[in-house]
Amino acid sequence: MSCLVIAEHDHATLKAATLNVIAAAAAIGGDIHVLVAGHNASAAAAAAAQVHGVGKVLLADGAAHGHLLPENAAAQVVAVAAAYNHILAPATAYGKGVAPRVAALLDRAQISDIIRVVDADTFVRPIYAGNAYATVKSSDSVKVLTVRGTAFAPAATTGGSAAVENVGAVADSGVASFVSAEITKSERPELTAAKIIVSGGRGLGSGEKYREVLTPLADKLNAALGASRAAVDAGYVANDFQVGQTGKIVAPELYIAVGISGAIQHLAGMKDSKVIVAINKDPDAPIFGVADYGLVADLFEAVPELTAKL
Amino acid sequence: MKILVPVKRVVDYNVKVRVKPDQSGVDIANVKMSMNPFCEIAVEEAVRLKEKGLASEIVAVSAGVAQCQETLRNAMAIGADRGILIESDAELQPLAVAKLLKAVVEREQPRLVILGKQAIDDDANQTGQMLAALLGWGQATFASKVELTADTVTVTREVDGGLETVALKLPAIVTTDLRLNEPRYATLPNIMKAKKKPLDTVKPADLGVDVTPRLTTLKVEEPPKRQGGVKVPDVATLIEKLKNEAKVI
Ligand SMILES: Cc1cc2nc3c(=O)[nH]c(=O)nc-3n(C[C@H](O)[C@H](O)[C@H](O)COP(=O)(O)OP(=O)(O)OC[C@H]3O[C@@H](n4cnc5c(N)ncnc54)[C@H](O)[C@@H]3O)c2cc1C
Repeated sequence: MSCLVIAEHDHATLKAATLNVIAAAAAIGGDIHVLVAGHNASAAAAAAAQVHGVGKVLLADGAAHGHLLPENAAAQVVAVAAAYNHILAPATAYGKGVAPRVAALLDRAQISDIIRVVDADTFVRPIYAGNAYATVKSSDSVKVLTVRGTAFAPAATTGGSAAVENVGAVADSGVASFVSAEITKSERPELTAAKIIVSGGRGLGSGEKYREVLTPLADKLNAALGASRAAVDAGYVANDFQVGQTGKIVAPELYIAVGISGAIQHLAGMKDSKVIVAINKDPDAPIFGVADYGLVADLFEAVPELTAKL
Repeated sequence: MKILVPVKRVVDYNVKVRVKPDQSGVDIANVKMSMNPFCEIAVEEAVRLKEKGLASEIVAVSAGVAQCQETLRNAMAIGADRGILIESDAELQPLAVAKLLKAVVEREQPRLVILGKQAIDDDANQTGQMLAALLGWGQATFASKVELTADTVTVTREVDGGLETVALKLPAIVTTDLRLNEPRYATLPNIMKAKKKPLDTVKPADLGVDVTPRLTTLKVEEPPKRQGGVKVPDVATLIEKLKNEAKVI
């Protein structure tokens, strides 16, 4: 039995989510091979070879993978897929683009967002915004899976010494091309990997207030900044801050929800956090139902006080 | 140009679903059903493209039980021109839906298919990408901006690090994210008009598609309940608890 992990990377380094997927593959068992489809990506392949538990790295290096387009990535996975029983990708924007294409090309079902491996055919996944957990068994000979990162502790980045094997890169599909990217620059920890997250909602009132009130607290705690959908829709912060059912799934040690009511779609993205703090002026806000520590207060007074006293 | 918009009937997003005591699934008897919000955004986008003169006809298609007609009427009230129901009482998994849609695409020959990025019931986030793969088309998932010309669609996508823009040759697949648009409310006159728009019904067998599920749900459980904690009286107590009790700062 063997697993193929589709690595998410930026050609030079592996994205942290890849390590969670390798951990999920380890829970399934058997050999773990990692596919790095990139351009001038030998550094990312070398990093994958170091990861604990990895048996082999397949490097598909070619111009078609320069912008990590899913059309080309999926074709690449299919080109090497024959040897594997399980094909796994992170449940990130990248993995969600590639994995279903792979599944369809192989005529196999996909199980999205697995949070537990029961056995080689059976997996647990959340449905209905995490309000139910389904145990799903696949009758397909090849299982295509995406993995919820927060559910699997990352594999160690060292301890492995896998060989890197070059495989021929596919040609460009010709149907899609990269135009541009506007990547949010931040010195802060990545949202999905942060130990502490300070998250703001509509209660902040504006982008200026969001930054004025939350940034000093996040600085003091070396925290990532997150947001509710309402805060993103209102333009306080960029889309990549959104936590929730249809945004990012996070599970930090500490999640501080400020001016967030706690809609089910928001809770879906953060209720597995170890400790949740809610600061909200409405004592009946649903967020208090999941918060370990609730402070009923005006955030414009409480948050600066918290920042000052830390 | 013709645009195809697949729409799914799901439990309304305001409903908090309950797991059935026998763990066979969630209880959807007598709960409010609506069009999946991401599908609504897809219909709205198609209608806006038509209003700009960039599209000539919008065909809404839904796969599922007979009541999906309501979902199609709703799409037509927003502005779709006609509807196709692929009627089936069977459980339809994303791969089967993608195959059904492929068959419809082959009949209808749209230049663009706009779908929701995910359905809020199974949260699978698969169908659009699967359809794109089956057709050999380009895909732009998580769209927050769509610019259409006669032979390309340029799409700004919400990705984990920010935004990415890609250009696809037509025909192509786009899946919608929340910021693409704000769907209009269907007005009463438009709801009335929608009732008269054509709605065809076909069966999976008519389309030559085997929809046998590949996945079996063994059980559906309540997730572990998070214990609500305590309210703290002031900031000082909060800091004290975080330091000494939770030990997270
Ligand atoms: C298809 C779909 C997908 C969705 N996906 C997501 C998702 O992924 N993530 C997500 O977050 N949401 C999502 N939502 C939206 C969700 O339903 C809620 O609308 C949203 O989470 C509300 O954001 P909020 O808590 O910031 O705003 P509100 O619900 O308006 O809450 C604001 C809170 O701030 C408090 N407040 C106001 N002023 C102050 C003050 N001065 N001091 C202290 N507290 C104050 C109020 O008491 C209130 O509780 C989705 C919705 C749909 C339909």
